[in-house]
Amino acid sequence: MKARVHVTLKHGVLDPQGKAIAGALASLGFGGVEDVRQGKYLELELAETDAAKAQAAVKAMCEKLLANTVIENYSIELV
Amino acid sequence: MKAAVVVFPGSNRERDVALAIERAAHRPASYVWHGDTDLPEGTDLVVLPGGFSYGDYLRCGAMSALSPIMRAVKDHAARGGAVIGICNGFQILAEAGLVPGTLMRNASLKFVCRDVHLRVEATNAAFTSLYQPGQVIRVPVAHAEGNYFADDTTLDRLEGEGLVAFRYCDPAGQITPDSSPNGASRNIAGVFNETRNVLGLMPHPENMTEDVIGGTDGAILFESLVKALP
Repeated sequence: MKARVHVTLKHGVLDPQGKAIAGALASLGFGGVEDVRQGKYLELELAETDAAKAQAAVKAMCEKLLANTVIENYSIELV
Repeated sequence: MKAAVVVFPGSNRERDVALAIERAAHRPASYVWHGDTDLPEGTDLVVLPGGFSYGDYLRCGAMSALSPIMRAVKDHAARGGAVIGICNGFQILAEAGLVPGTLMRNASLKFVCRDVHLRVEATNAAFTSLYQPGQVIRVPVAHAEGNYFADDTTLDRLEGEGLVAFRYCDPAGQITPDSSPNGASRNIAGVFNETRNVLGLMPHPENMTEDVIGGTDGAILFESLVKALP
């Protein structure tokens, strides 16, 4: 089983990298981009085959290491 | 004062800080590998030095915060033992939950390496007792992720309880946006935990301890510790 984890900055937390990317897009002539938020994408190969157990395990990994919950949100997708 | 400097894979300021401690304490500091599980017997001060532990992978300090030695460091702090984390060490303390908040990418997106001015905001702690309240000092910074962030509730609490240790300021001691090298919330450069025995600090006092390199403002921090932890 594979888990896809997206880690993103919480709403309201300044994202200077996202702002720099938005600026670069504008300078390349791509109009209409109102905001860019940069995050992280992690792919985990899991030995677990039970979806509920896998979900719980990955949630614990996110809370303990993969996300800093002071500033980041995370989402988990099992495939 | 018996000091232990924790060395993580990628630490690079451990010798600088050990030298600063040796000069102030007239005895050498011990080095402790991050994979160890115990601090040396009788350790008074634990130092988490600057550097790039684990190559800053995932997030600065995230992996080091889970190193085996950190359990002993947390126990030491819980007993009231002194702990200072400088630069990457501050990031490790924040990731470990030993000080509030976190360190984000500098607002400028640039690595900043220069001297800054700091205003000493609290002198009622072992780390700062030999400074004058409101004293302006000059020390270097060298970091890409020193932008201190905490939510407004936490920041209000830190200020209300006098747990802000140092703020970036101009040479006259004014707290201005331009005097911050990284965009930190409310110009915060260093914070204490709620019992003031743990200090997280972004600038490098250990690199301003000799007149020949520009000043001794940083040495006072280590002399304060020696006075408090003889």
